[in-house]
Amino acid sequence: MGHCAACHGPKGEGARGPVLARAKLPRAPDDETLFKLVRDGIPGSEMPAAWVMISREIWQVVAYLRTLGKAGRENLPGDPARGETLYTKSHCAQCHTISGKGGSVGPELTEIGGRRSGAYLRAALVDPAAAVPEGFLQVEAVTGDGRRLSGIRLNEDTYTIQIRDTSERPHSFFKSELQDLRKLRGKSLMPGYRGAFSERELDDLVAYLASLRGGL
Amino acid sequence: MKRALLALLIGIPVAAQAPYERILKADTEPGNWLTYSGNYSAHRFSRLNEIHPGNVGRLKPAWVYQIRARDKFETTPLVVDGIMYLSEPPSDVTAIDTRTGRRLWSYRRTMPKGVRGCCGQVNRGVAVLDDLVFVGTYDARLVALDARSGVVRWEMEVADRNLGHSITVAPLAVKDKIVVGIAGGEYGVRGFVDAYEAKTGKRAWRFWTIPGPGEPGNDTWAGDSWKRGAAATWVTGAFDPESNLVFWGTGNPGPDWNGEVRKGDNLYSNCLLALDADSGKLKWYFQFTPHDVHDWDSTEVPVLAEGVVRGEKRKVVLFANRNAFYYVLDRQTGRYLAGRPFAKQTWAKGLDDNGRPIRLPSTSPTLQGTLVYPSVPGATNWFSPSYSPKANLFYVAARDEGGIYYMGEAEYKPGSQYNAGGFRSAPGEEPSGAIRALDPFSGEQKWEYRLHTPPWAGVLSTAGGLLFGGTNEGDFFALDAASGKPLWRFQTGGQIISNPMSYLSGGKQHVAIAAGSGIFTFALEE
Repeated sequence: MGHCAACHGPKGEGARGPVLARAKLPRAPDDETLFKLVRDGIPGSEMPAAWVMISREIWQVVAYLRTLGKAGRENLPGDPARGETLYTKSHCAQCHTISGKGGSVGPELTEIGGRRSGAYLRAALVDPAAAVPEGFLQVEAVTGDGRRLSGIRLNEDTYTIQIRDTSERPHSFFKSELQDLRKLRGKSLMPGYRGAFSERELDDLVAYLASLRGGL
Repeated sequence: MKRALLALLIGIPVAAQAPYERILKADTEPGNWLTYSGNYSAHRFSRLNEIHPGNVGRLKPAWVYQIRARDKFETTPLVVDGIMYLSEPPSDVTAIDTRTGRRLWSYRRTMPKGVRGCCGQVNRGVAVLDDLVFVGTYDARLVALDARSGVVRWEMEVADRNLGHSITVAPLAVKDKIVVGIAGGEYGVRGFVDAYEAKTGKRAWRFWTIPGPGEPGNDTWAGDSWKRGAAATWVTGAFDPESNLVFWGTGNPGPDWNGEVRKGDNLYSNCLLALDADSGKLKWYFQFTPHDVHDWDSTEVPVLAEGVVRGEKRKVVLFANRNAFYYVLDRQTGRYLAGRPFAKQTWAKGLDDNGRPIRLPSTSPTLQGTLVYPSVPGATNWFSPSYSPKANLFYVAARDEGGIYYMGEAEYKPGSQYNAGGFRSAPGEEPSGAIRALDPFSGEQKWEYRLHTPPWAGVLSTAGGLLFGGTNEGDFFALDAASGKPLWRFQTGGQIISNPMSYLSGGKQHVAIAAGSGIFTFALEE
């Protein structure tokens, strides 16, 4: 279990990887599919193939995952309704989208409650730079004519980089055209809300986010 | 080319006529690409020089051929007299007119149930000999096709597909035989190199890469672990007509990451073998990574060259190994002459006088995981290096990446994966890669060209003074072969997991590469 827990949490409560403690796993409706998913991973995602396990062990993992589904949802102390109000009042939607509404500088949150645990969400609010989600590396570029640009890296290869700036406009540059290019690892465009929100407000906001499960 | 063009014009079916003598002298007809690595010495060097640093900026696509499959497209095409022969995943073969880019015929093979392999239903290319085209199939057969039509002339079972055998390697036509290797190193197979009579398909010889009881080397395996010891042979080797030796690399011992169940050096895993081309008898071997526990197959391409090493002019084999070391070996004896790392590695203090690695402690896989450089895919892999006699440089696509290695339980079940462990990327690391130019006879680095991510594409050098390579992000690029300076690139739109090659069509030099699901060919703009 040491391998799965690193991303999905020790009890499948979710962390970097989706929540597994749920009645239905959207990608694995039956045990056979779940076995194959664990064995082969999900190509194009961070979910690796489980080469480390022999078949018997994979079946044991499948059985364990199914018990997690019976545990029910996480019990969180906050009030989702108050959290929603806080979300709106704090202009979170400037950067995040929920059900088609909002910005795209930060990750979409429509299904975030099905993908991340309460503890993870709380940590992300307090210290967003500690675990910047995949695909949200912050970069700063200086163009050939001296313009400064800050945003999220959308794509990159040896010769080019694609950036979405803080006003959500996409840019694409040949690296040779740039005066400077910096990758700000360990930094996030999102401010940390430690101190900005009370403990109760944080609980409320986490409870609201955890309630966002979309189709999951 | 004239012969092919004439034949097309008057409507006669065009066909490969590639007798052994032509392949032997492949360097004298650089307009064709007659064998996987371009010549028997596996130089992947084109003697064409129409495209050079001064005009490569005018290189434009000539045509693109799209395949049907979605699996990784790893082929190196062959070109014989104006016709390109390439393999498509899983084990199809297509002949294309190089002038128009249009298909002449395809051989389609439906994979039966029960085929299995570690890493995708891939194929790296075909061999041609006389009027036949040879393909090894994912269901572990060798098939001979009529070069005129693609019709099957014979088909032989090489090994039992139900036990995890498959064939992904491009066969090598040597004299009147077709040499082929096997994949299945993650399934506990017993590896071998085979040769088949090209005309009939009858097996001429088999060399087991793991010695049986009573044979020298069998005692390098604890108990009966040799039976499941792998040492697969899934990358095309080289041939030296003078010594009549076939050189072929062998893969990891099985199970991959738990060496406890197979104590010993595990011969002939992770070796370069020198086999007599007529009998398959072992002349010598050199083991790069004795008792490997990191899955560092030595299934890279051995390159034959001649140069001054340790003060003497010698015939040598050059080998950039997945374990991050570069080796120069004596071609006649296999004796180690020189070596050094060509990429980041943290597992060995160096090589001793015999080329044996001096291992560092605490680098084996554990239950908790051990961080080691290079990662499981290695500092390089099956994709080809290139040797330019003109630039006197050896080029390798190198991967700078660490990995966390886990040891697991070893349980063998016929036909199932037998890895006993696993791996994952080092957290928080953004791995990268480089094209590195080395002094062929010492391994000293002369220049490098950095790549955004660790590559899965090989390289081609040319007499025009260029080096071609590809990236994971789809860039096909040309560098100055002498300095590494970037000169040209083209974004193909698909990951490049293959090797470039070059040929003449319509009297013009072309360069070709498989990228994404297409073969892209390029020539200078008129």
